[in-house]
Amino acid sequence: MAAYPHPGRPHPLPTTAATLGEALREQGVSRRGFLKFCAATASLMALPPTLAPAIASALEQARRPSVIWLSFQECTGCTEALTRSFSPTVESLILDLISLDYHHTLQAAAGTAAELAREQAMHANAGEYLVVVDGSLPGPRANPGYSTIAGISNLQMLRETIDGAAAVVAVGTCAAFGGLPQARPNPTGAVAVSDVVRDRPVINVSGCPPLPMVITGVLAQFLTFGNLPELDEYGRPRAFFGQSIHDRCYRRPFYDKGLFAETFDDEGARKGWCLYRLGCKGPMAYNACATMKWNGGTSWPVEAGHPCLGCSEPNFWDAGGFYRALSVPAGDTRGTLFAAGAIGATVGAGAAVLARQRSAAAKAERTPVTAAELEQTL
Amino acid sequence: MTSVANPAIAPGATEADLDQTTPAGSFSLARGLVAWREEMDAAVAAFFSSCVHCGLCASACPFYVETGDPQYTPIHKLEPLRLLWEQEYTLWGRLKVKAGLDQRRVTDAMLAQWEPLLYDSCSMCGRCSLVCPVGNDIQYMIRKAREGMVASGHAPEGLVAASVRAVTTGSPMGLQWKTLEVQIKHVETATGLTVPIDQPAADYLVLLSSMEIINFPEYLEAITKIFDHAGVSWTLSTQCFEATNAGIQIGSKDIAAQLVQRVVDAAEALAVKNVISPECGHAYTAIRWEGPNVIQRAYPFKVWHIIEVLDQLRAQGRLQTEGKEDDRLSLHDPCNLARKSGVIQQQRRLMDLIAGNFVDLKEHGEFQWCCGAGGGVSSNERAEPLKLAAFKRKKAQIEEVEPERMVTMCATCRTQLEEGLEEFNMDIPVVGLTELIADHLVEKG
Amino acid sequence: MTSMDFLLFTKGPLFQLALTIFALGLSVRLAEVLLLGRRHNYAEARGGQWLPGLKTVWRRFYPDPGTFQRAPFDVLVGTLWHVGFVIVLLLFIPHVELIKATFDIAWPALPNPVVDAVTAVTMAALVAALIHRLRHPVKRFLSTREDYLIWTVTFLPVVTGYLAYHRLINPYPLALGLHILTVNLFLMVLPFTKLTHIFTAFIARWYNGAIFGRKGVQS
Repeated sequence: MAAYPHPGRPHPLPTTAATLGEALREQGVSRRGFLKFCAATASLMALPPTLAPAIASALEQARRPSVIWLSFQECTGCTEALTRSFSPTVESLILDLISLDYHHTLQAAAGTAAELAREQAMHANAGEYLVVVDGSLPGPRANPGYSTIAGISNLQMLRETIDGAAAVVAVGTCAAFGGLPQARPNPTGAVAVSDVVRDRPVINVSGCPPLPMVITGVLAQFLTFGNLPELDEYGRPRAFFGQSIHDRCYRRPFYDKGLFAETFDDEGARKGWCLYRLGCKGPMAYNACATMKWNGGTSWPVEAGHPCLGCSEPNFWDAGGFYRALSVPAGDTRGTLFAAGAIGATVGAGAAVLARQRSAAAKAERTPVTAAELEQTL
Repeated sequence: MTSVANPAIAPGATEADLDQTTPAGSFSLARGLVAWREEMDAAVAAFFSSCVHCGLCASACPFYVETGDPQYTPIHKLEPLRLLWEQEYTLWGRLKVKAGLDQRRVTDAMLAQWEPLLYDSCSMCGRCSLVCPVGNDIQYMIRKAREGMVASGHAPEGLVAASVRAVTTGSPMGLQWKTLEVQIKHVETATGLTVPIDQPAADYLVLLSSMEIINFPEYLEAITKIFDHAGVSWTLSTQCFEATNAGIQIGSKDIAAQLVQRVVDAAEALAVKNVISPECGHAYTAIRWEGPNVIQRAYPFKVWHIIEVLDQLRAQGRLQTEGKEDDRLSLHDPCNLARKSGVIQQQRRLMDLIAGNFVDLKEHGEFQWCCGAGGGVSSNERAEPLKLAAFKRKKAQIEEVEPERMVTMCATCRTQLEEGLEEFNMDIPVVGLTELIADHLVEKG
Repeated sequence: MTSMDFLLFTKGPLFQLALTIFALGLSVRLAEVLLLGRRHNYAEARGGQWLPGLKTVWRRFYPDPGTFQRAPFDVLVGTLWHVGFVIVLLLFIPHVELIKATFDIAWPALPNPVVDAVTAVTMAALVAALIHRLRHPVKRFLSTREDYLIWTVTFLPVVTGYLAYHRLINPYPLALGLHILTVNLFLMVLPFTKLTHIFTAFIARWYNGAIFGRKGVQS
């Protein structure tokens, strides 16, 4: 993964350009390349390609928005995914189009200077900047000391930062749903951004990591239309999370035919059959991997022969085991059955003994019917 | 006479049980419930656990089919017994009663309501038991349910009277040996043969049914001829000639045991190897299947229905017949003989000997339809209208194949067929198979 | 509670609870039935008990021709939905997977479009069976609240399974969770209702066959 060419990012170049159009021209991006990006953005947002010029014109005139990127309890995987995208155009463009004023991993400044940059950006763009969060954070009832930056707890920093924000984008499953830090037993009391942010719109871009194009697509829509995308039940952009992996999976025909890989090295695996039995969570995972793929459309986990982990879904870490089929319940089913069955059989045997005694007692005490008695009733 | 002044109060019987007005005599609800508790077994528990109220048993019951009245659905006839099972023989049911969640009780009023269902509208033909998709042997449970009905004083008058007569006079119809003796003389005169009486160590002890003696005297003459023809060693017993068992019909194993014991005593006194039940369905069931259980021991002799014996003689080449009936004959299988005892092919092989134009009813053998008179229905005057209604199923079956005569091998069935066909103005005579065989024996040269 | 929490609850703790109630309740019922015993039979047998008993277990799957003629709807619709229910239960891939994970035994499953069609037929037949129960004089007469309750708990897993498969409820974890919830309900209700016939009918049939078989009749 490390060997492919890297188009010269991170790119924390401060620019003086006021609009995106200017910034692009400053960067030497051709008109053609820009339109191509706009067309791709349109398709990401499930808009007709005819809207690409409109997007282009909107973007060209858009003021470069300020983006403050907060990294809490995270692994930097989301940033890595975003910056290491194979294709140099779309994602790099978007990074260049915004004014990324604060980002631990990408900024040159450190320590007090870094925090100063955040405060400056907040003041300069009050009410207009975007806050991107990756990583979960210790919740209000947790010990804030589990995760701090410059002595400030994550929760406090988030509350301060979103105060003047237009919207919050929770990038990655940790920020969106709590993710790995929140997995049982959740030692740090981790919560998702939406658990603590109630007064600002929160867009969840889940995935571990999320698809880079989905992050940029959301940002592009905000820049283009100044509004937020339509969201699903989990606050995710419906354009990217509207369909399940299973429904879009190229291996789906094998599922319907009942052709499965049973192990990772059997004939079914080699023939590319369905990975359901190997624990694929495709049916419950809503994401765009199956259509957009990764690394510039090179491949994606299922194509590489690995079942979907369902990483874009809440609690995916605790959802019953990555290699257990979706329909297999959590817990020791067989143990429960046999234990309860054995107890039940014992209780039932006891009840049967009592029942037999009842019948035996009835037999012992029953007074035989006689003809004389019968005659009395006539 | 056993004192029954203080009928035992059933364990588990509630105060509500005791509040019920005690019916006539010493019978009581509590006594009935005790009888039912004794009857509970694994099969009953499995049956009641399995019923899903599909109602298919109704389609197998002539009483439902011909009246269309849903209360005659066979499984419904067992509701009081089922309730007792649920409340006393399932842990869940016991807990519900204890917790006060189940206020239903088997009451005398309930049993009174169910009496016509268990007696008047059920001939214990067992057809429902063959049809039930979950495998409930409903007839098996009806038989058990009647035990509690007798003990609680809810048996029909006609059957009570028949039971009393059977025990006190030796015959449900009050028939005495004197009457039979007259008939024996008549047979001996007509045939020139001797009817063996009280012959020790005979191969076969022949039993008769009162109904045969009165209505179908041809039977005795027929077997006298056949046994002479085949060289069978047989005898009647002055100690016991009656095969029928009102105890089985009313559903009292105590009465049944008394009556069966007479047969066993007579057979043992003469040291016979075999006992032959006459052309009567329930008598065969009573002696063959229930007898050893009501007296709680196996017999030192075998029990046969006359048709089984005739078929054995045929197989041994001891029945030489000549000529065949050329009219169209059909066969009514008595429930007790066919479905409930597995005697199905025997009568057909015998028919082959003597019938040139035999046609089976469409549903026959184990799936035959009851004539409507069995299981005590014919002794229960109150059930007359239902008995006739149920017969319509048989009538429809007969109409399907249009025989000129019906053949059967049970006096109750035969009487019912004759009366029923007459009621509907159908000119189809009914004959006993044994007589028919006797008519075709090759004359001794 | 998110729909994923709901799914994890239904297929985690609730399923284990349902399974416990099911296994405990059912084994009590079966022990109560089987251990009640039967009295010794003194009458000389004409035939065996075991083989005729087993034959009857099989034969009651299909009715005699007369019963079919008199109650064709009962027989057809009843058979249809029972067979459909069992096919869907035992031959749908995710269900096979569940059984495999629980008991280490597996068998080939049916292609999904087939299971889908069978499910549709099963639902239609169940609805028809309910209408028949409400209209047929005998069935209506016999039916108690319990009969309608068990119809409901039988119908729900089928319909929720169908909705989940076709993603007619969103999101999917909610759909699957509802399906598993109704299955849990079915399992919990089973031992205390006549749904026990799923297991005891085989015992009942065997006793029926054995009682008749002993007398020389194959019932």
